[in-house]
Amino acid sequence: MTSQSSTLVDIRGLEKRFDLSGGLLEQISFKGGRFHRKQEAVHAINGVDLQVQKGEALCVVGESGCGKSTVARTVMGLLSPSAGEIHYDGQRIDHLDGKEVLPYRRKMQMIFQNPYASLNPRMTIQQTLEEPIRFHQPDASEPQIRDKVQDVMESVGIDPDWGSRFGHEFSGGQRQRIAIARALAVDPEFIVADEPISALDVSIQAQVLNLLMEAQESRNLTYLFITHDLAVVEHFGTRVAVMYLGRVCELADTRTLFSTPRHPYTQALLSAIPKLEDDRPNHIRLQGEVPTPVQLPSGCVFHGRCPYADDRCRQEIPQLIATDGGAQVACHAVEEGRL
Amino acid sequence: MTTATLSRWDRFRESFLWYSFKRDKVAIASFIVLLSMVLSAIFAPLLAPADPYDLAQINIMNSELPPVGLDGSDPAFPLGTDAQGRDLLSTILYGTRVSLLIGFGAVVLQAALGILFGLLAGYLGGRVDSILMRIADVQLSFSTLMVAIIVGAVFKASFGNLMFGEVAIYMLIFIIGVAEWPQIARTVRASVLAEKKKEYVDAAKVMGFRTRRIMFRHILPNTLSPIFVIATVQIANAIISEAALSFLGLGMPETQPSLGSLIKSGFDYIQSGSWWISLIPGLVLVVLVLVINLLGDWLRDVMNPRLYKG
Amino acid sequence: MSLLEVKDLDVRFAVRGGDLTALRGISFSLDKGERLGLVGESGAGKSVAAFSILNLIARPGYIAAGQILFEGKDLAAMSERELRKIRGNRIAMIFQDPMMTLNPVLTIGTQMVEALKAHRRISTRAARDIALNKLRKVQIPSPEKRLDQYPHELSGGMRQRVIIAIALLLDPEIIIADEPTTALDVTIQAEIMALLLELCEQDNVALMLITHDLGVVSQVTQRMLVMYSGRIIEQGPTREIINDAQHPYTQGLINALPQMGEPGERLFQIPGSMPSLKNVPTGCPFHPRCGFATDQCKRRMPEYVRSGNVDVACYEVSNLIEQEKCMQEVES
Repeated sequence: MTSQSSTLVDIRGLEKRFDLSGGLLEQISFKGGRFHRKQEAVHAINGVDLQVQKGEALCVVGESGCGKSTVARTVMGLLSPSAGEIHYDGQRIDHLDGKEVLPYRRKMQMIFQNPYASLNPRMTIQQTLEEPIRFHQPDASEPQIRDKVQDVMESVGIDPDWGSRFGHEFSGGQRQRIAIARALAVDPEFIVADEPISALDVSIQAQVLNLLMEAQESRNLTYLFITHDLAVVEHFGTRVAVMYLGRVCELADTRTLFSTPRHPYTQALLSAIPKLEDDRPNHIRLQGEVPTPVQLPSGCVFHGRCPYADDRCRQEIPQLIATDGGAQVACHAVEEGRL
Repeated sequence: MTTATLSRWDRFRESFLWYSFKRDKVAIASFIVLLSMVLSAIFAPLLAPADPYDLAQINIMNSELPPVGLDGSDPAFPLGTDAQGRDLLSTILYGTRVSLLIGFGAVVLQAALGILFGLLAGYLGGRVDSILMRIADVQLSFSTLMVAIIVGAVFKASFGNLMFGEVAIYMLIFIIGVAEWPQIARTVRASVLAEKKKEYVDAAKVMGFRTRRIMFRHILPNTLSPIFVIATVQIANAIISEAALSFLGLGMPETQPSLGSLIKSGFDYIQSGSWWISLIPGLVLVVLVLVINLLGDWLRDVMNPRLYKG
Repeated sequence: MSLLEVKDLDVRFAVRGGDLTALRGISFSLDKGERLGLVGESGAGKSVAAFSILNLIARPGYIAAGQILFEGKDLAAMSERELRKIRGNRIAMIFQDPMMTLNPVLTIGTQMVEALKAHRRISTRAARDIALNKLRKVQIPSPEKRLDQYPHELSGGMRQRVIIAIALLLDPEIIIADEPTTALDVTIQAEIMALLLELCEQDNVALMLITHDLGVVSQVTQRMLVMYSGRIIEQGPTREIINDAQHPYTQGLINALPQMGEPGERLFQIPGSMPSLKNVPTGCPFHPRCGFATDQCKRRMPEYVRSGNVDVACYEVSNLIEQEKCMQEVES
């Protein structure tokens, strides 16, 4: 798409499996006179390639269980990938440990979904915001730290006089502002936002979205924005990656994706958003349900629910291929021109 | 939201803890009883009419005097005297002191071990968790008393009676503390498992904080409420364990009696009519353990997060 | 006479330090076969309203005043025994979390048969047949198999279908659905809403849909109420409100939706957040967040005025209407 130099975060061939089978003893079963060892795993991500460009907001959308949050957590190092690499500004970071990773901790920050759980209940707001600054700038003086906390609180619209209060004294929206302030306190370049507004009320969602956009402009931030809400994506995202069962099925500029969705799943997803204008729900009905990520279907993960699936879809895994519209689509039907 | 910043004391006064305490008569009564027992134990040297450790003050002629109000009592000894002629009131005050000291000491030790191992097991998980929790299981499968009896007997045999008397108090704290740590470790581990899933822990990890900092500074303070509840009950348990050991002769020697050893010392005289030597310390022990348990129950109700919302 | 009519309902919660008013002066009606949306953010009292209709408010909450007339009989004054004849039977409820209705240790069939037998004298076999019928109606694949399955064996969307089947079991006149699709994915949500709509139309069942999602309300309901801080601030035909909201709060709520903004531009935002029940502002509860607030708003809660077919509680709107009237008089 764009030149290599402007890629900030490069996710290559990322895979993540969660082992379900427990210890050795739990894996062994006795059946038909013989011992069997059975290992089961949830295949949360199955080969994801994404490049986040400097200054953009790359949105990852998908329904629950599609692996979008796992991507976010793996990028942030909260989970270690089962396979694949993560590069930040040209440096591979997924295998770094301890001290080596510290500089990246400062450059990469995360905002979480649940504002009621993301603030430590036993720490005041002042403590919550001071700690990261103190940790990453050990030589900062006390007045410097205090100024910094005050700045960052003002920039998210929280009265700095409220610093001595605890998280539970604030409303959900205010807590999310504080969580954003904590992420901004260390002056990051890149922020992973994992469903940052889905736990909030409608009128508060707009406030927080505006805040994130302001921060992006004033601080030149790059976002990896995880959400299930397509309306937010349309408003907020530069580019969109649609995920289904641990794979990216379509990647495109926001405008392109919303005007001409190519992948059958993207089409169904878009048609399901309840709109204010229509009187009647008029969505594409998908057959069946999302298969479990424990036993992945062969071929295209979407074939079981896809109205256009044929034999090739059932056997061969489609790759992301650039189309003439500029979008990258992983679909045999699109590739063959059937769709 | 508009009020000015609250001081710690104001915060406490507005807390649910204080509110429910004010409304719970049993809790208030228990607290007053416990507080007066603790205070009189702390200030025993000032309050007690006699010093039971001082052999010079004891007159064997005063032995087995009944409490005031019974035939043959002496107003100088309001609760009567024991078989050696010690003032029972004074011995009980000093005995409560010893019992409480062992109870608190043992629980401090338990808590230190339990919190450390519980945090490690819960936060690190995996192999550390398996090993620590299996040790805890093994430890719990022996009864505290059995371990204490064996260790106590070995101690007594190797140190001799005199030396044993001097180290007995530390030995009891050590035995009861070490034997009961799994209780606290399990509680801590359970709440650590719940806490570590919360996003503030992830946020701390994303900041790059080291494991030790996350464990002690971020997670530990959030697991304190259940520790508090169980520690209260454990104090009562430790006092009972100590009393039982002393009663068996493996606890505090009669020269520095705890409530347990007082009951034991009077036990031989119950048949001969001097029931008060055992009964009065026994009652004190029962009341002490009862009020601690009642307070523990109240704490558990208050700190139960599900009720807290109500 | 409406099927359900709520008149001046006040619900309070007795907590330490006095009563909190959760609902104040709630009045609305629901006709047979009508679909009514109850919209509001968390803390607006929409779930309390739903629960109080069936007199299901748990202590320390209680109905302090008002009437809930179902076919002319006051549910608020009914005995628990009479209420039980209505709950689940004449008025059914669907919750956000299916596990609030489903017992995890009983099969779907057992639970459905039990519910039927509680209200009707029928044999187990007949009850099973009815249950099977209802499962077919909610388009569950292989319904015979589902009867003998446990709730945890079904997916979230499937469970919500079972819940709808249970709600339909006794052919109720009203279904109250409290955020029935909030926990579900978009594609499943669309299917469940379409199904609910279809079934209500088929059997002429009245639907009271409680949700925070304006999109869902706009697609499913005919009339809607907007709640704020325990009060209804606007009610009327859904289309009219969505296209031309009168109350500044409703306007803000609609304009704050990401689909209303230009991509990349700031969204319209209502400052502040909903007050907690502990410190509801005097007068109109929305005045601290309202751009039109005057001294009048701070003093007294505005009365409802009618604009078109919409009832609005807002001084700004009533002033505008007055002005318009004056203009018309001057002109004529």
